[in-house]
Amino acid sequence: MDVRFSAEQQALRDAARRLAEDLAPQTVRDLDDTERTAKLDAAVTAAGWRELRAATEVGDPWASGVEVAVIAEQLGRRLADTAFVGPTLAAELRRAAGAPATMTAETVVLTPDLGTFATTVAGQVPAGAVAIDVAGASSALVLMEANGGWSLASVAMGEPARHVDLTRPVAAPSSPATLVDGQTTGIDAAALDRATALGLAVCCADLVGSMQGAVELSTEYAAERKQYGRPVGTFQSVQHLLADALVATEGSRSLALHAAWVVDALAPADALTAAATAKSYAARAAREVCETAIQVHGGIGNTWECLAHVYLRRALLSTDVLGGVDASLARVLDAHLGGPDGLR
Amino acid sequence: MDFADSPEEAAFRTRLHDWLADHNPGLPSSSTSDDYWAGQAAWHHSLFDAGFFGMSWPRDIGGQEMPSVFDAILDEELAAAGAPPRPSLGYLVQGILEHGTEDIRRRFLPGIVNGRDRWCQGFSEPDAGSDLASLRTHADLDGHEYVISGHKVWTSYSDVADWCLVLARTDHDVPRHKGLSAFAVPMDQPGIERRPLKMINGMTSEFGEVLFDGARTSVSNMIGAPGEGWRLAMTVVSHEREPGELGYVARYRKTVSELLATVRPNPGAHGPDQLRDLAWAVIETEMLRRHVSRRLSDRLDGISHGPEGSVDKLLMTRVEQAVGHAALSIVGAGHLDDGGSSLETYLYSRAQSVMGGTSQIQRNLVATRILGLPTS
Repeated sequence: MDVRFSAEQQALRDAARRLAEDLAPQTVRDLDDTERTAKLDAAVTAAGWRELRAATEVGDPWASGVEVAVIAEQLGRRLADTAFVGPTLAAELRRAAGAPATMTAETVVLTPDLGTFATTVAGQVPAGAVAIDVAGASSALVLMEANGGWSLASVAMGEPARHVDLTRPVAAPSSPATLVDGQTTGIDAAALDRATALGLAVCCADLVGSMQGAVELSTEYAAERKQYGRPVGTFQSVQHLLADALVATEGSRSLALHAAWVVDALAPADALTAAATAKSYAARAAREVCETAIQVHGGIGNTWECLAHVYLRRALLSTDVLGGVDASLARVLDAHLGGPDGLR
Repeated sequence: MDFADSPEEAAFRTRLHDWLADHNPGLPSSSTSDDYWAGQAAWHHSLFDAGFFGMSWPRDIGGQEMPSVFDAILDEELAAAGAPPRPSLGYLVQGILEHGTEDIRRRFLPGIVNGRDRWCQGFSEPDAGSDLASLRTHADLDGHEYVISGHKVWTSYSDVADWCLVLARTDHDVPRHKGLSAFAVPMDQPGIERRPLKMINGMTSEFGEVLFDGARTSVSNMIGAPGEGWRLAMTVVSHEREPGELGYVARYRKTVSELLATVRPNPGAHGPDQLRDLAWAVIETEMLRRHVSRRLSDRLDGISHGPEGSVDKLLMTRVEQAVGHAALSIVGAGHLDDGGSSLETYLYSRAQSVMGGTSQIQRNLVATRILGLPTS
């Protein structure tokens, strides 16, 4: 066991960190700077990070869940308003279906609560289904039941909207689903479990990044903002809030690292349990940490111009994708109470 | 990055697993009961004799001189076998290793590691808890001996200890922490009175207070230089904050496994809040397991024992108290049968946010030493 990042993983992390620091929004106003978002999108596209789960010639993904998570954390930390989890899951599903990689940007459609992949019946996508992470995407994948498993179908999408997460727009499907060309294998339950585990792991990493960013933002503010003639960060009441936020971030990070590793290292059902374990913890922690960020910013934290709520909003979306706290707790309990072997 | 065993780690795990099948002493659920302590010395000897104790410590003191990760494997397998946790002596060993002379290390460490000598730690005093540097126990030179007087309290295992690691004031003319020195003091002597303290869970074999009234120890039993006591104490408490050092993951996982076994035959008999508490206990314990893996891996780069120990202590505390809450929730307090081990586990868990430095002190350290928040 050695859970340190390899030299390549460290280099990837540093590259993602630099890219996010250079091109992600620095202020809320920056979110509307289309010139900047175009540069960010181009840089991520050029890096090829959204295709890491696409198939190589022998059918394996280009990179493991760990590399994907390394990038997601850095994007989350800087509120990078560019698509990542959606295209990553689309590539994962295409590989699972033995479908050729797509030339156009693509994402996935989830159920209205974002808890699972959306399933189409006779080409009709259920009302309220949501295409996530649609920035730059021209289509989104849904599952179509076939031979006891699933095939992939594709839908067009309506106008992007930013309701919860201001950094990753969503859209409603706007066309019937049509079968994706060139699929060579069905997606079975195991492949779907693995895709779900991957999605959870990416969201956990994004949550850890969001927590890290929120703690950094608030710590900086607490050291500068003066009341009673001294920085508010000198008061223990504020210090303890931020200490607890850091502790919650570090606990989440340890589980998120494990979740990223299990995606390709364990059997799909076990990977899903481990990913759900991490998601429960990180999702609970992220809300606490982002609420702390707002609290530490005081009145300013409750205004639209402060980035603290942008972190909270991003965390709320990451939380819901493929199962939030309650759904993940249920998965964990089922796994541990269903089997005969206890806590493995 | 790899959470899986290397071939050497896997072979060790198998060997340990096989050994445990024949050598699990079947002590009660955890170190939170008196019954555990009654059998703890024999368990220590048994682990040591089989080569399953002191995995990362130097060979010349009885350790196995292997990477720290083997401690984590030990904890995992103890938990999986339902065996008791390993004795938590790392902080004492590390403190003496780091600050003791060759003579001190040679005389004291082998007996600690092999279980021959039992030790307690005399740091806290009635008026010096979080503010440890204000302690008043003093040691005065008299020929070839120091004469020690003072009052130590919340001293774990003082009733069975052969030796006490005493922190005492040797210089009254310098401020606070600069005047402290550390000593190994033999417990069996007329100048020492031990009084057991009953903890809130009813156990009497852990806590105690120790009154020193002219107790004597040889000059050669000073550990570190005169005035180095504070630094030694900080080494000791920083190791006391690390779950990898303490082996507590095994204790938490054992309790969680027992709770799962209680619920598994009929989950529907338990309410949603109970099941939720159980799920959080599972998840928190898993978190600590992965966190320990991460920290032990970091040690391969030589990173350890910084202020991050305070983060680890706060995480560990949350785990222990979540497990305590689950035990109370699932098994209940037991109003007719005095609660048994669940009540003991729950009540003992309240100490985790105090011992080894309170959670409030840990938060101060995280805020100022890691986050870099200003103090004034």
